Amino acid sequence: MQRTDKIFRLVCLLCALPAALLLPGMLLQLLSNSAEAWHTFGLSFLWSSEWDPAAGKYGAWPGIAGTLLTTATALVPAVPLAFSAALLLTEVPSWLAKPLSHAVDLLAAIPSVIYGMWGLFVLAPLMQEHVQPLLARLPGSTLLLGEDNSGFGFLTAGLILALMILPYMCAIMRDVISMTPPMLREAAYGVGCTCLETTRDIVLRHGLRGIIGGIFIGLGRALGETMAVLFVVGNIMEPPAGLCSCGTTIAATLANNFAEADGLQRSALFALGLVLVVMSVGIQAGAQYYLRLTGAKRGETI
Amino acid sequence: MTRRPPYFRKACNALLGLLSLISIVLAIGCMAWVLCTVCARGFSVLSADFLTSPCKPYGEEGAGIGNALVGTLLITGGAALLAVPPAMAAGIYMAEYGNGSRWAAFLRSAANIMMGLPSILIGLFVYVIIVVPAGHFSGLAGTVALAVIMFPIIMRTTEDMLNMVPPALRESALALGMTRMRATLCILTRAAKNGLATGVLLALARVSGETAPLLFTAMFAYSSPSGYFREPTANLPVLINEYTMNSPFESMHEIGWGAALVISIIILTVNIITRILFREQSR
Repeated sequence: MQRTDKIFRLVCLLCALPAALLLPGMLLQLLSNSAEAWHTFGLSFLWSSEWDPAAGKYGAWPGIAGTLLTTATALVPAVPLAFSAALLLTEVPSWLAKPLSHAVDLLAAIPSVIYGMWGLFVLAPLMQEHVQPLLARLPGSTLLLGEDNSGFGFLTAGLILALMILPYMCAIMRDVISMTPPMLREAAYGVGCTCLETTRDIVLRHGLRGIIGGIFIGLGRALGETMAVLFVVGNIMEPPAGLCSCGTTIAATLANNFAEADGLQRSALFALGLVLVVMSVGIQAGAQYYLRLTGAKRGETI
Repeated sequence: MTRRPPYFRKACNALLGLLSLISIVLAIGCMAWVLCTVCARGFSVLSADFLTSPCKPYGEEGAGIGNALVGTLLITGGAALLAVPPAMAAGIYMAEYGNGSRWAAFLRSAANIMMGLPSILIGLFVYVIIVVPAGHFSGLAGTVALAVIMFPIIMRTTEDMLNMVPPALRESALALGMTRMRATLCILTRAAKNGLATGVLLALARVSGETAPLLFTAMFAYSSPSGYFREPTANLPVLINEYTMNSPFESMHEIGWGAALVISIIILTVNIITRILFREQSR
């Protein structure tokens, strides 16, 4: 009797081990495969913006800067949208909230390649014809926006990413908002606060850490998203010149070049992968920290 | 403290309500927009022929998505076979044996971090551990990549679901003299079976649309997926990428939209049905 139990426990433990082993394995593999690139370029690989396969020169800066820019562009609209949507979903009666939150959750179910197609065939022409001419009329816009007017670029990619990360952030924020003790909330209403004031002074204060955690989860998603960005970012190996200019991100670079690369270029691509792993593990660790403080569930489980 | 007139505060409050309304309408409207585009453009090419005939390079008549559909089913089905048993066992370990221990907390964080890793990196990882040693791309490598993505998701849902089983049930099973193993396998998993099924199905729906990890593992082929173990294998997400992103031809774009419609229908059906079933049973 006891023996089968011990064996069962051992088997279960063995099955749980890959979770712990995968990350170190991945780091090790990326490190060993990118050794050549680090050896050749040193740390200056990180801020060199040259990417010239013919001359054998590679730098990570176009990818890193592009990744940061698309992520930032995605977060600016997505955070307020996700928060206000989550607020509405917690305030309305449950017969309305349930279908609405399921609908928002379905946004996360649509595969990223379909967002990419939609961006390529619908959003990019729209940006080119209507939005970018409008933006170009703003004073000083060439500095901010770059001179491209193709419809592709960081702004388009960021908008699609915003749509893609919204459901994840919204789900976590919903959890966090509904965890505010009802007593605190009712007390605020009791002294005459409006809904806005209750939200600002009670809900936001109480759930701030969970909300930051939710933002981190969205950040991690946006950082590593490949397909949707690949379709609309333009894929040229140059650091961003402006919001509407074409460029690349780390994930898009990997997807585009990895299959044909060999030698030093492949090693440089592995080095880019290493940079992406480090960035996203850092962000996930931040998300873990904040979400554990509040005890909120991650948005990915049901 | 400055006193603000009540109508100002009311106006601000109304503004917040309006903003919330706008944001939810925007989110759901954009989803509807995406889905409507896919339906509108994909519906015209959809036919029985389209679903069964294999995809072809540009210029050949009568191209379809038959081989890619079978390839996707093979790759995701294989991933489920590969990932579900160990992931469930891992979840059982976390819920039944790992209560409050630091080791379990560490494993939990590791799984959470794994869930957030960009899927293209998992493709890269599987490329190095499977494609390079084997010397060729294969559907099997794609299966492994998807299994790696599914593993932490199912592990965490299993743990959450088992933790939701009332402790009294666990204790009564043990009090009847069952071993821990029997109590877990016969009583607890049965009590939590709806939740477990939901977790597995949602994870499956999620990975079946993943493209990035398949780019360097299963890759793409025009052949039928008989070479699942040895050759690049056709699959829907990479087909969409090949036919839209990497092709300038209108006729190929149409096939891409058709494939997008098929994969969306599959994923959304699984998603919605799972959610409805789970909602009804959890009442």
